[in-house]
Order: sequence, then structure tokens, then C-alpha cells
Amino acid sequence: MRWSPVGAMAEFLLGAAAFILAMVSLGLIRILRGPGNADRIMAAQLLGTGGIATVLLVGAATGERAMLDVALTLALLAAFASFAFVKAKLSQTPDESRAAGKL
Amino acid sequence: MNLFLDLWTVVAVVAGAFFFFAGTIGLLRFPDSLTRLHALTKADNLGLGLVVLGLLPQMDSVSAGLKLVGIWLLVLVSGATAAQWIARSLRHGGPGP
Amino acid sequence: MIEVLNFGLAALILGLAVWIVIAREAPAAVVGFIVYGLLLTLVWLQLHGVDVALTEAAIGGGLTGVLLISAAVKLRSTESAARAQRPSRSTRWLAAGVSAAVTVALALCVLALPEPAPTLAPQVLANIAVTEVGNPITAVLLAFRAMDTLLEAIVLVFALIGVWSLAPDRVWGGRPGPLQPADPNGMLAYVARVLPPIGIVAGTYIFWIGADHPGGKFQGATILAAMWLLVMMAGLADAPPISRSWVRWLLVAGPLAFIAIGMVGAVTAGAFLAYPQGFAKPLILAIEFALMPTLTLVLGLMLLGAPQRSEPP
Repeated sequence: MRWSPVGAMAEFLLGAAAFILAMVSLGLIRILRGPGNADRIMAAQLLGTGGIATVLLVGAATGERAMLDVALTLALLAAFASFAFVKAKLSQTPDESRAAGKL
Repeated sequence: MNLFLDLWTVVAVVAGAFFFFAGTIGLLRFPDSLTRLHALTKADNLGLGLVVLGLLPQMDSVSAGLKLVGIWLLVLVSGATAAQWIARSLRHGGPGP
Repeated sequence: MIEVLNFGLAALILGLAVWIVIAREAPAAVVGFIVYGLLLTLVWLQLHGVDVALTEAAIGGGLTGVLLISAAVKLRSTESAARAQRPSRSTRWLAAGVSAAVTVALALCVLALPEPAPTLAPQVLANIAVTEVGNPITAVLLAFRAMDTLLEAIVLVFALIGVWSLAPDRVWGGRPGPLQPADPNGMLAYVARVLPPIGIVAGTYIFWIGADHPGGKFQGATILAAMWLLVMMAGLADAPPISRSWVRWLLVAGPLAFIAIGMVGAVTAGAFLAYPQGFAKPLILAIEFALMPTLTLVLGLMLLGAPQRSEPP
């Protein structure tokens, strides 16, 4: 079930994965620090795209076939988490948000 | 043929990484939540699409390739609707800084 | 290059863990925790534990996150009162010191493990042909250590009963969760119509390939539960009242079937949960088929919480 890409290609794919992971971390720093919870629901989106890209690249580099299933699961659950967050935020009444301070 | 496929992978993955880079720059520098959301969902989804395109030649069977494209379509659909919804919630709750 | 990736991943996870501990507000810490779960998925992939990565992505990424967000939302009104009761400085320093000491002790234990670490994996692989499944994880979970899986399934049902016990007396037996406004033309309704068919196919697929490749009933059940919760969040379906008999029967059906198959083994193969020669794979599949609906129902109901609306008898 495994295919093994040629050494240089594998290194390149791992490098791309490391780069995208670095981008995700930079984005995370911004999102998690951002005042108020408005930005934080975007974290699920960020992981949903960047995280899946990293999984796919690492999986392709190591030749692990099952990583496609991991990426599929991540895609479905990240979507579910995004919607649950927004639903939770929308359930908050405007008074509560003002009281909690710029939520 | 192999060289051409490898070249395709390299070009597409580099382009995808560049779009992730652009999206992250937008995320870090845009002034408010709605514009940041814009950068996040559009650029990052395009980056993922290019990465998927680049990885297609590396797959060893047609079904794996179809699965890959299926994952991308799924992320696209859920990302588009989630972005709309997040934007709506930002508008109701008042945009953050 | 892989060392760079691994080092970066480890640094990111440690930094995130520290941030989660010192975060000021509960929702922020919860989002950080969800990100942490998704990053752990990558770590598991690097450690070649693909089954664990699948479970981490499903449970740690989605379900635990939503559970914690619901908890944070419910605790919102009490957060200021909780903050007013913070323990004294010396207590907090003591707690930090003890936590750090435990971390150091654990790290030393891991580093002191003999090389190669003691493991039963070679014996599993040597005997796996008897179980007729290709995935060693499935072989361990459902053949060599089936007893543990049975007890875990029962523990899950107990946990659900524990969650239900939080309901006030007057709504006992009612529907969990508030009534969701149904907006048939709204966006959430659109997503709840488009995603679940894909999710059901994906969840069933991951359940099915668990026999020979990474996957299995637990990850599949998590995906199915997430899709069911999505449909309920959109108001397209309502949570079932917990007094309904089909709910109760479905909850015990899985463990009961498991025990029944174990008894069959006791009679025909000499020990509880032993499988007679040549029947291993059909029996394993039967157990998985029986447990899958139970697990889906348990996970979904656990996330919905205790009953909140009373149901006329």
C-alpha cells in the first residue's frame, strides 16, 4: 500500500509541509491573540485548510496511503467545528457580548 | 514523462505555498475581522487547491486521486458556507478591531 | 528536513500548551485546545500511528472541541464569579511547581525507556493470521483484547447516564438541548443537507476499511455522530427524548450483542470472547456492526447534554 517518492521529491514535499505549518503557526499567533472571540472562530477554518494541506504533503512524502482518510476526517470535523462555534456565538445575546466586553 | 510530472508537482506545490504565504500576510496585516476572514478563506483555500493539484501526479492509483479531489471539494463547500456564516455572526456581534 | 518539521511541530505544540494554560477566557482556551488536538494529529502521523491520528482528528478535533465550547457557553454567566474566587498566589505557585515536577518526572521516565522499548507488536504480527483481519490495531482491539473494548463500550453508556443524571427532576425523560430555530432556507440548513450524505458515506467507509487499514468503528461512529449533530443544529431534526424505548434499546444493543457473542465463544471455543476457528472474521464484523449504532447514539447524545425540555408522556 505504500509508494515511495524519490528522495529529493520527498524532501521537497516535507519542506513545503514545514513551510505551510509555519504559516499556520503565524496565523494562529495572530488569531489566538486577537482581542475578542470574533477572530478565534476562524481558527477552525485556518486549521481546516492549512492543517489538511500539511497532512496531505507529509503523507505524500512518506508514502502513507491512509493519510487521505485522516485528511478526509479532518475536513469533515473541521467543518462541523466551525459551524458549532458560530452557532455558539450567535446564541449569545447582544447584552451578554457587551457585558463580556467586545466579544 | 516522470520528469514532467515531478515538475508539475513542484510548480503547483510552490504556487500553493505562495498562496498560503499571501493568506497569512493578509491575516497578520489586515485591519479588521471581516477582511482577515476574506484573506483566510479565499487565499488559503486556493493554496490547498493548488497543493492538491500538485499532489495528483504523486498518487499511485486513480481512486487515490479521486479521493484527493473529493477532499478538496469538501473543504471548498464547507469553507465557503462557514465563511459566510462567520461573516454574518461578525456583523451581528459587531466587528472586532 | 523531517527533523526540521518535527522540531517545529514540537515547539508549536509546547508553545500552544503554555498559552492555553495562561489564557484569560474560557472560550479562547477552548479554541486553543481544539487547535492543539489537530496538531496532535500531525504528531501521531509522524509517529506512524495512523489509527490514533484518525481518532485524534475525529475526537480531539471535532467532538471534544464542540463539547468544551458548549460547556464554555453554559459557564459564561458564572465566569466573573469564578474569577473572583481565584486561589491565593502561594497556592498557584505550589500548583505550578507540582505540575512542573510531574512533567519532568514523566519526561525522565520516557527518556529512560530501554532501547528498543518493550513491546508485544512482534507477537501480534506473528499471530495475526488467526484473526483473519489485516489491521493489527483491529486485531488487538477486537480479538486479542476484546474484553477491554467491551468494557469501554459499557463505560461510555455509563458516562451518558451520568450526563443525563444532571437533569432536573421535572424534565427527566425529556429532550436534550434547546429547541433549534428551523430556517429551511438558511445557510446552516443548506449545509445540513449537503454535508451529511457525504459524511455518512465517509463514516461508513472508514468503518468498513478498519478491518485491513487504519480506521474502524470508533472513528466512523464519530463522523456519523458529528453529521447527526449538524442536522440537529440546523433544526432539521429534533433531539429524541431520552425516555423513548428505541433510544434505550439502541444504547444497550451494542454491548448486549458483544456479550452474547462472547457467550457463544464461551460455549463453542472454551473461553469468554474466544472465537471458534474459521469464524473469527464474521464474528468480529458482527460485533462492529452491533457497536456502531450504539457508539453513534452515545456520542451524539453525550454532546447534546442532559434533558432540558420536558416531554408529555
